[in-house]
Amino acid sequence: MTSAVSFEKISRHFGQVKAVDAVDLDIREGEFFAMLGPSGSGKTTCLRLIAGFERPTAGHLSIFGERAEDVPPYRRNVNTVFQDYALFPHLNVADNVAYGLMVKGVGKSERRRAADEALELVKLPGYGARRPGQLSGGQRQRVALARALVNRPKVLLLDEPLGALDLKLRENMQEELKVLQKSLGITFVFVTHDQGEALSMADRIAVFNQGKVMQVGTPEEIYKTPNSRFVADFVGSSNVLPPDFVSRHAGQKRWASLRPEAVRLVAQGPGAIAATVISSAYLGGSTRLGLDVEGHRINAVLPAGEPFPADGKPVHIGFARDDLHLMDDDG
Amino acid sequence: MSLTQSSAIMPARGGLRGSLSDVLWRKPTLLLALMLAPPVLWLGIVYLGSLFALLLQSFFSIDEFSGLINHQFTLKTYGELLRPYNIDIIVRTVTMAALVTLASAIIAFPIAYFAARYARGRWKALFYLGVMLPLWSSYLVKIYAWKLILAKEGIFTWLFTRLHLEWLIDAWLSLPIVGGSSLSVSFTGTFIVFVYVWMPFMILPVQAALERVPQNLVEASSDLGATPSQTFRNVLFPLALPGIVAGSIFTFSLTLGDYIIPQIIGTSHLFIGQAVYAHQGTAGNIPLAAAFTVVPIVVMGFYLWGAKRMGAFNAL
Repeated sequence: MTSAVSFEKISRHFGQVKAVDAVDLDIREGEFFAMLGPSGSGKTTCLRLIAGFERPTAGHLSIFGERAEDVPPYRRNVNTVFQDYALFPHLNVADNVAYGLMVKGVGKSERRRAADEALELVKLPGYGARRPGQLSGGQRQRVALARALVNRPKVLLLDEPLGALDLKLRENMQEELKVLQKSLGITFVFVTHDQGEALSMADRIAVFNQGKVMQVGTPEEIYKTPNSRFVADFVGSSNVLPPDFVSRHAGQKRWASLRPEAVRLVAQGPGAIAATVISSAYLGGSTRLGLDVEGHRINAVLPAGEPFPADGKPVHIGFARDDLHLMDDDG
Repeated sequence: MSLTQSSAIMPARGGLRGSLSDVLWRKPTLLLALMLAPPVLWLGIVYLGSLFALLLQSFFSIDEFSGLINHQFTLKTYGELLRPYNIDIIVRTVTMAALVTLASAIIAFPIAYFAARYARGRWKALFYLGVMLPLWSSYLVKIYAWKLILAKEGIFTWLFTRLHLEWLIDAWLSLPIVGGSSLSVSFTGTFIVFVYVWMPFMILPVQAALERVPQNLVEASSDLGATPSQTFRNVLFPLALPGIVAGSIFTFSLTLGDYIIPQIIGTSHLFIGQAVYAHQGTAGNIPLAAAFTVVPIVVMGFYLWGAKRMGAFNAL
């Protein structure tokens, strides 16, 4: 199977700044792919490279097997949902949605029908006559989505599309996007800095840091078996444990990650590690404890209902050896 | 600690200024009224008042024998305005203003686009300096400089001769209407100088309008399959249109009213400004001069009405 988008040693340098540095990446046809990373990690630049707003300074980009690095954006059958939606303020919603068809010379009646259909798809039927300025953030987001989908793109790019929405709306939209992607079968490439969003929505995730791809894998792989300290820390808010700690408690002198929910409070005994509670945060469904363990900071997440000790209390913790994930010592 | 001991409400500052600021805070409309009164009085009485006084004059007439003004309402002066000779002046001026506006817009757009999109820091400062600098020097000096540039012995003709293109100037000057014995005594010369002098008034509003167009709208258009020329027509131009209209109000109305440029550079055919100048001065026909000044006001009124109908202000 040809990949939908393929990066071959792609770099995009802005002078001294290596926004994207020798990235290899394969995005499969029909998958929901997330590019996850902190701001400035190069994920948005990668998206802009696929859209054609940026050109690589080195390397090759192909879209469905075709060389794309020299193709201008208007000749790529790829559409983007912009972070701040980028709706045309002088056009009404229907004209915004039908813009792509209009510039391709599609007739007026067919355009209107396609726009109505697309608005139906994003659950905004009958909004065609309104101006973007009259819509709420969530509605604008849906219009931006309809405007991209109406062109039946081979790849849909989404640049932090949910960033500006409030929590409730965001959760609804996450679900809807996933359903939409499955039913349309279009390859979605989604940029986000929210690890929860990436984990819950994507089929596969690429974790970016400083212009490089740190790890590519399914959400479970990324979460359970991070390959580096950075991924462990960024994705799972995992506890990253240094080699001396790991060698004391697990025998091997390597870096390791330990997910906070794998940490248990236990009674004093063999294998139990002494700790002090530094902080506690009530999260509704669970409680997060910050613990000081032999001078290291370790977070533990306890299910709701379990009694938790007060700040400053000495406790003992334990974890299953299998939950400790050993990593290579690279960043 | 004295900081924690102080009360939640501080005592009034006292004095006239202290109580005045308290009163103005409690009655914000009073502050607004105080701030607006002087400009409203100025605009209403001195500015608009004198304009209406002038317009009133256009409904008086002049006694042809005595040369005295007859203070009775009549449309006689407007009848005079519509004589073929005066109609020629109006058509000439409006055509010139329209062409100057069009040329200014075409030349200004790329300059404004560069300034809004690409110029940063030092280049932006250079842009503003380059656009504004000509406005700092005397208008008359610039026009006389252009007279020398466009004269038969001037640098323009010299340059074309050096490029072996003097036949081009000669061919152009032999054309009817736009031609003449040299560029400095032709409508072409008048046109060039008008475009030069009013250019900053077009560049600055267009630049301001383009600056407000987010770059990602251009990207979105391109992303949706629009070629650069389609993006220009469907996104950039409509969004810059309010700026272009604002700029064209300047170039159009300034050209309609100017009486110095066509007098120094151009033919002996009059423009509206020159006609007003002649009628209120040497001829002493204030009513006809006033009637002439009504023409640009009416033309601009129609222009703005048309621009609004065409949706020029929709993007505001």
